[in-house]
Amino acid sequence: MTRDELRATVLGCLGEVAPEADPARIKPDVSFRDQLDLDSMDFLNFVIALHQALGVDVPEIDYPKLATLDGCVAYLADAAARRA
Amino acid sequence: MPILGADMQAGTLVAWRKRPGDPVRRGEIVAEVETEKGLIEVEIFVTGVIERILVEPGQTVPVGTVLAMIREEGAPAAAAPPTVPPPAAAPGVAAPAPIALPTPARERLRISPAARALAARLGVDPTSLLGTGPDGAITLEDVEQAAARARPAVADRQAQLRQTIAAAMTRAKREIPHYYLATAIDMHAALTWLAAENARRPVPERLLCAALLLKAVALALRDVPELNAVWAGDRVVQSPAVHLGIAISLRDGGLVAPALHDADRQSLDELMRQLRDLVRRTRAGSLRSSELSDPTITVTNLGEQGVDTVFGIIYPPQVAIVGFGRVVERPWSVGGQIASRPVVTATLSADHRVTDGHRGGRFLATVERLLQEPARL
Repeated sequence: MTRDELRATVLGCLGEVAPEADPARIKPDVSFRDQLDLDSMDFLNFVIALHQALGVDVPEIDYPKLATLDGCVAYLADAAARRA
Repeated sequence: MPILGADMQAGTLVAWRKRPGDPVRRGEIVAEVETEKGLIEVEIFVTGVIERILVEPGQTVPVGTVLAMIREEGAPAAAAPPTVPPPAAAPGVAAPAPIALPTPARERLRISPAARALAARLGVDPTSLLGTGPDGAITLEDVEQAAARARPAVADRQAQLRQTIAAAMTRAKREIPHYYLATAIDMHAALTWLAAENARRPVPERLLCAALLLKAVALALRDVPELNAVWAGDRVVQSPAVHLGIAISLRDGGLVAPALHDADRQSLDELMRQLRDLVRRTRAGSLRSSELSDPTITVTNLGEQGVDTVFGIIYPPQVAIVGFGRVVERPWSVGGQIASRPVVTATLSADHRVTDGHRGGRFLATVERLLQEPARL
């Protein structure tokens, strides 16, 4: 999966959690919590959505790496490379 | 029209899911009602047959208004159901747009299959519409506009919700003699257990710290049951069941505190599953009537907003609200040594007509004790 595809998947998962969010206005380097007012329940649902979309199991200790769109794409690309 | 909280005065019937003659079972959803708290699914509390519908989609009526006549199971059919006079306009609620009632002798309705299907899906009675299409045919736009009229705009709903919260909180501050207690709780054991537990669980089965806090509150209420009650005008009525009202912020502003039923009897997994479902449905605006009418105490958690201590206002007719702030690392005495520990401040706002500080203190102490043994929650 390319980085663009990963980015689209991440935005799709975010859309499930925060349907009011406009994907075009998500700043890639600003935390989702600050931009979208996500709480811990939203974040857990986001991680579950990623798990269901990509089959990736993100340990809790890695949650901070998923804080931004750029961080998410980088983390998921690394995870995919490790699995390959 | 069910009363879905002490602050509710009226609701708008959006759609019926049943028709006259349909059998209904206790607990089944029979209608959808729009309130300032969102779209609420109305449950039925008897088993029987719908005999007559008295309030049509689009009508705003005061709480207590009879929406439909139901013949209970085993009861004889009513020869002539009593006629209920049309309800008066609810105080503070704009009168609904006039709705043309169905005319039995009317000629065949001019409406396309697509518009008819849309009307059924949106709960719009097509016979109440005046078509704007060729020869008065009812169009998709006619149906959509009728549905939009039946549901207040988002901005209107936000304003109504703000007014509702204002009315309830003003009443609470005026009538309830609050007292406030706070306890700092060492969360080391709870968070250590939670981290280990989540590390071995698949992602969809992970727990949040909130589930532990809620379970501890629910169990502590067994120890101090007088906090799990409602004030009935001149006396307190304890609830045999623990239905936690969970304060949930809405994405477009305001908050709702629907019930997480029988929280003291749920396993942590079940509590977490129900909490996820409740948050999702609250924010999607699809709660059930019992979830708004049943809470026996409210729990609010503002820790994620960076709040240290919550000084809650009781939601009438409840007699207590429990608050949690953020978990922060603090110096803490452990075995005579100073250590850094994650600490949360738990607070209790309670009604002094019902309990005093001694009982309130016992409640918080029990919450603290329970959180030291998370595996037993």
